[in-house]
Amino acid sequence: MKRIARSTMQTAVNLVFFAVLGTAILASTFFMTHDAIIKSEEAEKLKLITQIVPPELFDNDIIQDKLTIQPSGSLGTDDVTTAYRARLKGEPSAVVLESIAPDGYSGKIWLILAVRANGELAGVRVVAHKETPGLGDYIELPKSPWIKGFDGKSREVYKEADWKVKKDGGQFDYMTGATITPRAVIKAVNKALIYFGENRDKLFVANEPKKEVSK
Amino acid sequence: MNLQETRDILHNGLWKQNTGIVQLLGMCPLLAVSSTVVNGVSLGLATAVVMALSGAAIAPIRSYVPNEIRIPVFILIIAVLVTVVQYLMNAYMYGLYVVLGIFIPLIVTNCIVLARVEAFASKNSALPSALDGFAMGLGLTAVLGVLGMMRELLGKGTLFSGIDLALGNMAQGWVLHIIPEYKGFLLAILPPGAFIGLGLLIAGKNWLNLRAEMRRKAAHSALDKSTAASA
Repeated sequence: MKRIARSTMQTAVNLVFFAVLGTAILASTFFMTHDAIIKSEEAEKLKLITQIVPPELFDNDIIQDKLTIQPSGSLGTDDVTTAYRARLKGEPSAVVLESIAPDGYSGKIWLILAVRANGELAGVRVVAHKETPGLGDYIELPKSPWIKGFDGKSREVYKEADWKVKKDGGQFDYMTGATITPRAVIKAVNKALIYFGENRDKLFVANEPKKEVSK
Repeated sequence: MNLQETRDILHNGLWKQNTGIVQLLGMCPLLAVSSTVVNGVSLGLATAVVMALSGAAIAPIRSYVPNEIRIPVFILIIAVLVTVVQYLMNAYMYGLYVVLGIFIPLIVTNCIVLARVEAFASKNSALPSALDGFAMGLGLTAVLGVLGMMRELLGKGTLFSGIDLALGNMAQGWVLHIIPEYKGFLLAILPPGAFIGLGLLIAGKNWLNLRAEMRRKAAHSALDKSTAASA
């Protein structure tokens, strides 16, 4: 009995030793790579943002000028997302929003869109999707310029009924055989613009970058 | 470790016991990421690195680990190594990290890693174990690369698309458009393409083996005849 207890203890100590060792290695790697990971994630985000926000539209550090957005039905988001503000000489010029189209052909389509201060779209990009390769994936920029059809559009330029594919009586192009995908994207972009219209002041004003306090 | 041993390990890993087309282990990444050469080779190399490291890490401690808990300890070590590789890729190869996504952490569950640790590293010393892991990983990489080449060429008409994700911006112009104005062949890109391609590769290897066997026999019988004639 004693012998069994002892060998059980030894085994347990052995397992604990390796668990502690593994945790130590992981923790140190985490701390060593943490800054580099954040940097590369920010660089990737900035690359995406500069695709849809023209450089002449902002002179601020857009990645740092962020605002937490609560989950919203209009944006299709279930979690807190981050909006980035573009400013020119301190004046807000555009805001970058994340939005999710819930009704793609194979599930959610993640979008990022930039809206100018006047409610006009500066650009839209698809960040992630599961649409059929070769069929529904023309919403990606490298595959087709379709997504650029949103540039310069707003709820002023196109009325509510225009935010549909041409087949449904709207203004947007689509490719035969894959209409569910663009329908979902157009609907999501329209809803995001409605969200922008309703929350415009909150988006731009809240959380102004701190001005230096002169003594 | 003498020369013969080294050659045997390499021969086993790359050809005779190839994980992709002989042992048929690790089918999940094989199906999922072999849609292009770059994806396949990248995941293959990540797996090879993990296998070499886990072989080298487990061989020296094998006598200190009680037999009853060796599997949890081995898996723990493999999981730590995979997570380290994942952090490093996330930090320094972000584009590729995003493309390979969930398949990097899934290297832990790739049974080939544990299989080699069990079958080889737990019985041999560190250096041969590391070499065995690496050779097995390279064998898998080769299959992933060839399969990726077949699928990408048939499916998209290109080779090495996305290489800039692995090697940085300087590689942006290295993508080869083998078939210009190609409309694409969806079957090759989707998972069935991976199954069909893998089947063809296995058939090809079996054919090569069979041919080698026939030749050996033919040479043998020719030798027999000539000795009989001279006698």
